[in-house]
Amino acid sequence: MAMLSIKNLHASVDGTEIIRGLSLEVPAGEVHAIMGPNGAGKSTLSYVLTGRDGYEVSSGSVALNGEDLLALDPSERAAKGVFLSFQYPLEIPGVPALTFVRTALNAQRKARGEPEMTAPAFLKLARETAAGLKMDFEMLRRPLNVGFSGGEKKRMEIFQMAMLSPRFLILDETDSGLDIDALRIVSEGVNALRAPDRAMLVITHYQRLLDYVKPDRVHVLVKGRVVASGGPELALQLEKEGYDRFEKEAA
Amino acid sequence: MPAVRQTVEHVAELETYKHGFVTAIDQEFAPKGLNADIVRFISAKKNEPEWMLQWRLEAFERWLALEEPDWARLKFPKIDYQDVYYYAAPKAKEGPKSLDEVDPELLRTYEKLGIPLKEQEVLAGVKGAPKYAVDAVFDSVSVVTTFRKELAEAGVIFCPISEALRDHPELVRKYLGSVVPVSDNYFACLNSAVFSDGSFVYVPPGVRCPMELSTYFRINAEETGQFERTLIIADKGAYVSYLEGCTAPKRDENQLHAAVVELVALDDAEIKYSTVQNWYPGDAEGKGGIYNFVTKRADCRGDRSKVSWTQVETGSAITWKYPSCVLRGEGSTGEFYSIAITNNFQQADTGTKMIHLGANTRSRIISKGISAGRSSNTYRGLVSAHPKARGARNFTQCDSLLIGKDCAAHTTPYIEARNGSARFEHEATTTKLSEDQLFYAMQRGLSQEEAVQLLVNGFVREVLQELPMEFAVEAQKLVAISLEGSVG
Repeated sequence: MAMLSIKNLHASVDGTEIIRGLSLEVPAGEVHAIMGPNGAGKSTLSYVLTGRDGYEVSSGSVALNGEDLLALDPSERAAKGVFLSFQYPLEIPGVPALTFVRTALNAQRKARGEPEMTAPAFLKLARETAAGLKMDFEMLRRPLNVGFSGGEKKRMEIFQMAMLSPRFLILDETDSGLDIDALRIVSEGVNALRAPDRAMLVITHYQRLLDYVKPDRVHVLVKGRVVASGGPELALQLEKEGYDRFEKEAA
Repeated sequence: MPAVRQTVEHVAELETYKHGFVTAIDQEFAPKGLNADIVRFISAKKNEPEWMLQWRLEAFERWLALEEPDWARLKFPKIDYQDVYYYAAPKAKEGPKSLDEVDPELLRTYEKLGIPLKEQEVLAGVKGAPKYAVDAVFDSVSVVTTFRKELAEAGVIFCPISEALRDHPELVRKYLGSVVPVSDNYFACLNSAVFSDGSFVYVPPGVRCPMELSTYFRINAEETGQFERTLIIADKGAYVSYLEGCTAPKRDENQLHAAVVELVALDDAEIKYSTVQNWYPGDAEGKGGIYNFVTKRADCRGDRSKVSWTQVETGSAITWKYPSCVLRGEGSTGEFYSIAITNNFQQADTGTKMIHLGANTRSRIISKGISAGRSSNTYRGLVSAHPKARGARNFTQCDSLLIGKDCAAHTTPYIEARNGSARFEHEATTTKLSEDQLFYAMQRGLSQEEAVQLLVNGFVREVLQELPMEFAVEAQKLVAISLEGSVG
């Protein structure tokens, strides 16, 4: 059984259908890339999977380890281990990053019926994780993402991801806005999270990120459905030829 | 900050307004309505000196000539001042009160409200926890004041103002009405005529008050107004931190609360005055709740004196309140930190006045307004520098947060600089609690309610930090209760 199983999904935003019969299976331990041109529905897919308000599913199913994901609200999905690394992470004024992450971590634990993490254990984990991502620990005492550069924000997403230790990770355009050094550090952070009991969906417009985070499978998303799937070589082919061929086929 | 987390934990256990109960206790009332005889009745009840009675009667005469102000952004039906009881007191014997003499029903009330009146319980609390002395005012009278012996040893006077009138008339006569004159405004004038109790604090020169002082105001009786009067004097080089808390039962009719607070800080003295105002705000349909018309003013009379107002305003159907500082002494400092939250049909028109009279005076205003439901929240503030206030400086920051689409926030700053060397800065922002931020927090595992909490706590953090530690946690819980059900 695949960890994530999407069957014939249809979803719309403001009455416009964006996802049109999408099917996808991601087994545990694998990294799948979703590539596609602008407007293909990549970000919409990430919001549908995480349960954002206003993203209406009209038919089809999404299951995580066999459990219906669509019946859950966003925080319940998070507690089940769904994590979205945002393309544009939000600024949260007045709330230090550490407070934010700790509140989230303990909310998830509570929802799963687990005990809260103690403050010393949390701080130790945070220090280690920050060091691994070459982050200045002082940055974590500042309000989350407020005044951070694009690269810092993305790194903060990966920090949160590592701290929350999710089962199913969605990376939405994580490479956008990163210079080459930041991209390498972020990718290392992502790769460190690869595990047999974890799966990832890497959403990207360009091949660049996939040089660092090697996918097991690549899917081409055009006009709301998967039009082609293949191995890592498919990404290279797309890089060379562009999406034209697939867009024409889909039209 | 663990307090933020603590709040989130507490959200689940919260009720909407948990102080809404009524204490069944025998009370005596003055006849309903207001006339010179009622004023005499109250004065006689308190065994006041003749000069005090004259002071009150004069205030009453002046009040008759005044008109209710209508400039605030508040809408409420005409108040019938003859349909209110101006005096209600639990039936009890006269004389100095020790805890043993206090009606056990009253003690249970305060226990239920979480106010420690038994000194040994405070002492037996957590090791290292700061002590604080409490003056408990129930409707029109003070029922008990704790830790008086210990305070007296330090030379600090902390007692009901009715008692101060008897025991320290020279101090009361010297300072009462010296900050808020009798006919300062309609509500202050009314208060001057009929005030029944409140707290009196005097900290002698050079004394740092050894503990937090606090007064807990409780309205219990029906159709009764509460008119308390607080007078705090910090003599030269003295320091005192004072906290006021307020609650009332849930009732369908509106109740009137018109208080006056006067602070006097002499040379090098400092007063920190914090309020956690949680009067009953009315129900979700806007029925009932307290009408809160309060005049609070500090006179930084001495050079280098400092007064800091911190307020967390979550209750009342109507709030009309502008804690102000008259910066008279050279180099004196005034601060105002405010969180005003309105939900459902609540209306608040609140802010501050910083009147710079002396040279090199400084003031700082941080105001955080949060509106939810169909409420209206107005910040109204005046910063002025008089010709002699050379080098006066003010920094004002006014932030408004809107939750939902049916609420309103207004910012009305008045700025007057009458000399060229004054420097005033004003920053204002209005933001809407964004769906994007909420979703972001929820995606990380927070429920919607928890997400709102976290974001709001972030918004008000600067001000919460100004509250004494133990009250900051309380205030945070209060913020949570006030905004419950405001989203979704």
